[in-house]
Amino acid sequence: MSGDYASAIPELIMAGSAMALLMVGAYGGGDARRGVILWCAAGLMAVLGIWVATTAPTGQPAFSGAFLNDRFAQFAKVLILFSSAAMLVIGNGYLERRKLMRFEYPVLILLATLGMMMMVSSGDLISLYVGLELQSLALYVVASFNRDSQRSTEAGLKYFVLGALSSGLLLYGASLIYGYTGSTNFTIIAGIIKSEGVSLGLTFGLVFVCAALAFKISAAPFHMWTPDVYEGSPTPVTAFFATAPKVAAGALFARVLYGGFGDAVHDWQQILVFVSVASMFLGAIAAIGQKNLKRLMAYSSIGHMGFALVGLAAGTEAGAQSLLFYLAIYVVMNIGVFAFILSMERDGQPVVQIADLAGLARVQPAHALAVAVLMFSLAGLPPLVGFFAKFFVFKAAVDAGLAPLALAGAIASVIGAYYYLNIVRVMYLSDQERPLDIVSGVFGKVMVGGAALAMAAGWLPFVSSAIGLTDATLAAARALGG
Amino acid sequence: MSNFQSLLTVLTFLPALGAVALIIFRSGDDEASNLNAKRLALIITGATFLLSLGILSSFDTSNPGFQFVEKREWIAGLSYRMGVDGLSMPFVMLTTFFFPLTIYASWNVTVRVKEYMACFLLLETLILGVFTSLDMVLFYLFFEAGLIPMFLIIGIWGGKERIYAAFKFFLYTLLGSLLMLVAMIYMYFDAGTTDMAALLKHSFDASEMVLAGWHIPGGVQTLLWLAFFASFAVKMPMWPVHTWLPDAHVQAPTAGSVILAAILLKMGGYGFLRFSLPMFPVASEIMTDFVFFLSVVAIIYTSLVALMQEDIKKLIAYSSVAHMGFVTLGIFAANRQGVDGAMFQMISHGFVSGALFLCVGVIYDRMHTREIAAYGGLANRMPIYATVMMLFTLANVGLPGTSGFVGEFLTMAGAFQVNSLAVFAAATGVILSAAYALWLYRRVVFGDLIKQSLAKIQDMDRREIIVIGPLVAATLILGVYPSLVLDMFAASVENLVEAVDDARQAAAASGLTELAAHAAKEH
Repeated sequence: MSGDYASAIPELIMAGSAMALLMVGAYGGGDARRGVILWCAAGLMAVLGIWVATTAPTGQPAFSGAFLNDRFAQFAKVLILFSSAAMLVIGNGYLERRKLMRFEYPVLILLATLGMMMMVSSGDLISLYVGLELQSLALYVVASFNRDSQRSTEAGLKYFVLGALSSGLLLYGASLIYGYTGSTNFTIIAGIIKSEGVSLGLTFGLVFVCAALAFKISAAPFHMWTPDVYEGSPTPVTAFFATAPKVAAGALFARVLYGGFGDAVHDWQQILVFVSVASMFLGAIAAIGQKNLKRLMAYSSIGHMGFALVGLAAGTEAGAQSLLFYLAIYVVMNIGVFAFILSMERDGQPVVQIADLAGLARVQPAHALAVAVLMFSLAGLPPLVGFFAKFFVFKAAVDAGLAPLALAGAIASVIGAYYYLNIVRVMYLSDQERPLDIVSGVFGKVMVGGAALAMAAGWLPFVSSAIGLTDATLAAARALGG
Repeated sequence: MSNFQSLLTVLTFLPALGAVALIIFRSGDDEASNLNAKRLALIITGATFLLSLGILSSFDTSNPGFQFVEKREWIAGLSYRMGVDGLSMPFVMLTTFFFPLTIYASWNVTVRVKEYMACFLLLETLILGVFTSLDMVLFYLFFEAGLIPMFLIIGIWGGKERIYAAFKFFLYTLLGSLLMLVAMIYMYFDAGTTDMAALLKHSFDASEMVLAGWHIPGGVQTLLWLAFFASFAVKMPMWPVHTWLPDAHVQAPTAGSVILAAILLKMGGYGFLRFSLPMFPVASEIMTDFVFFLSVVAIIYTSLVALMQEDIKKLIAYSSVAHMGFVTLGIFAANRQGVDGAMFQMISHGFVSGALFLCVGVIYDRMHTREIAAYGGLANRMPIYATVMMLFTLANVGLPGTSGFVGEFLTMAGAFQVNSLAVFAAATGVILSAAYALWLYRRVVFGDLIKQSLAKIQDMDRREIIVIGPLVAATLILGVYPSLVLDMFAASVENLVEAVDDARQAAAASGLTELAAHAAKEH
């Protein structure tokens, strides 16, 4: 039994700290202590990230198989912890300037992150649901964190109503799966599928679960909430939505499909192919007309999730590896882009229109260069690392006999390239009397520059082997296959 | 063979180092620092040229295989391989030769000088990478990455319609490239390697397949061939996907046009020779008539279009499309004269069209217009210019004694053995090219100098003469002594043509045995 707790130590620390920080906030000075609480939360996540990254996972199922601490969970947790910590830090200045900062914010982010860690470690439908809801409830609240803004409140409400619906779908699907297999444990479900095949009821359950997870990952046709929530939420919250929760949902998707339904590939492959094609094209086409940078990034994330799902749809170990690779690259790019968006200001007010970027290359050449690199990388142009992310998912798809899917992805990325290029055009090729101001702290600058540098140099042989992302993703994907 | 193993890597990445230095050490925007940026760019490109001369001096022309090969591990099963053979060495030289000239030709750029120079240096690295990489994915990486600096060059320093032209250039080429990427992934899957030397030996399945009710002769090979064709035909460019080229040329700054015409277009031809023809020999045979048809249409149609242009740059751009038609004609004739001619035509066209765009740049810098009607009688005040322009006009037409003749003659001689009708039609294109080129020359250079605006026009200055001088020399030398270049790629071309022939015969033989087996079963 003590072994069970040992494999969940990071989660236990996270939960205890969240409670402790909440108490400090509530009884120990309230908002006056918000800075301390924020730095404690961010520091804690960073330290835990390092700790998780350097400790070899036990690999043993804990709590009767409900909690899995394997290489796969380790990889996803490191990614989640670091991106959450980064988002807390770079959002701080923005929230302080807007006077939106409350001590609850870091606590809620901490709880959401804890939920995500549960999600990626879940080995059972129940623990999956508990993790997912913990994350979602915290996210609903932070979406409406700017209480005085109608948009923000609307975003929170929309997210909550639709999120509750998707949770309902998930539970319904889970109950069907339980009904037809007699277990909620992924390993047992996989065993039953192996011996008895997939019954009709089980297929129904699987479809419902897939729909709910597609909602969480904001894949078309379950993407409707994304643009509104991204636009309405305070920008640091949007930045958070675009990064860690996507990793968690993507990893969870892989966990369910590979861990529980690995032998039912043919039953879910078509669903994933459809969802990924729809997302890639919707993300590419709908983004073209956007004028608001946050909405644009919403469609961009829909498109990127489509590409990530191409890897998942392959249903192979290489597919899972390419998914994780894609998510990691995607998160780094988004941290960079959002760190930049958070620093955009004019006359002390935040601006998020694409047109506001005009002439940026003239006054802020370093920032413009970094953003241009990130945009080219998001578009998937070689030699930037964004290209390799796409290359590996396409490769996984072709290897799995899904060449048409890769072809569709190629066409979608040409369409998508247009709007990323358009941002470069606005920055470099148009001019404006008074370009906007860039207000960012040291961390913001480091994130933008670091992300751009990573994208520009990550492909060099010695750099890529130093980072070791391919090895880490491979190990994680192997763990998933069992 | 050199003992120093990373010579090609140094050659390729030297300009990029210069670009990084320019971006990092960006001091003020004053005259002095701009001049420093220009000087640095010139020194770097000059050093690259010297280095490539060094490589050329130890390049063994009798060896048809890859030389100066480097191999290193890269990410996730991919490998970093570089090397040159007779097919790529001429293009490497063409590239390193042209960049110092274009940098020097851009001495009068005043807007964002450092970024301009950085873009050009980056572009040189990416172009050299295309010609030296021996790994398919590495090739793709360089091939497509070249779009980024070219997009910026057209978009920032271009003419009035620059944004439209930049986007059109970018998206057109990107679509072609991505289809090629999917084909490459399939080849990786099929052959299990991305090493181009190994892929050249791998034979892809060429038996007929049925896809969604369509019978596809050549099967997988044909599909792969088409995907590569989509990319290289756009790059080349072939009719009817050439429409980005006139826009891009007209809007690009002079140096951008020069690089585009002299080097970037050659990537398409190089791609055909490196991938399409040797890796998919059977599909290339099946598609020969198709390519010949497109080439002939390109030669005749774009020549006619060129005839009616009012913009000098556009006229030269269309003439480029026509000349590239000869190249594709030669490549897919797949015999020695044809491929030799195509290679030679590409090199020669590089010099001639690059020089023509420089000539246009000379008068554009003075008058700020490219309209033919705005000129006339330039010979009266610009004797040197008139002479130089005449040389390149005649070379463009393909006058014997200039490099243009050798290429056209060889390609037609090669293609004649395969399809005499196509060559008959293409030959009329030569007449048309004489018509538009000489007519252009008459309207711009001859006649009386009656336009007031031209009354004070100055002849070429020292800088312009230094830039164009080497091109004059190259055109004349190659015209009278073509072996200088022909020898460089002769062995590789022979090797290529033989391999293609063998593969086709093998495929035909296996097709016959299949037929025989089938017939035997019927009995």
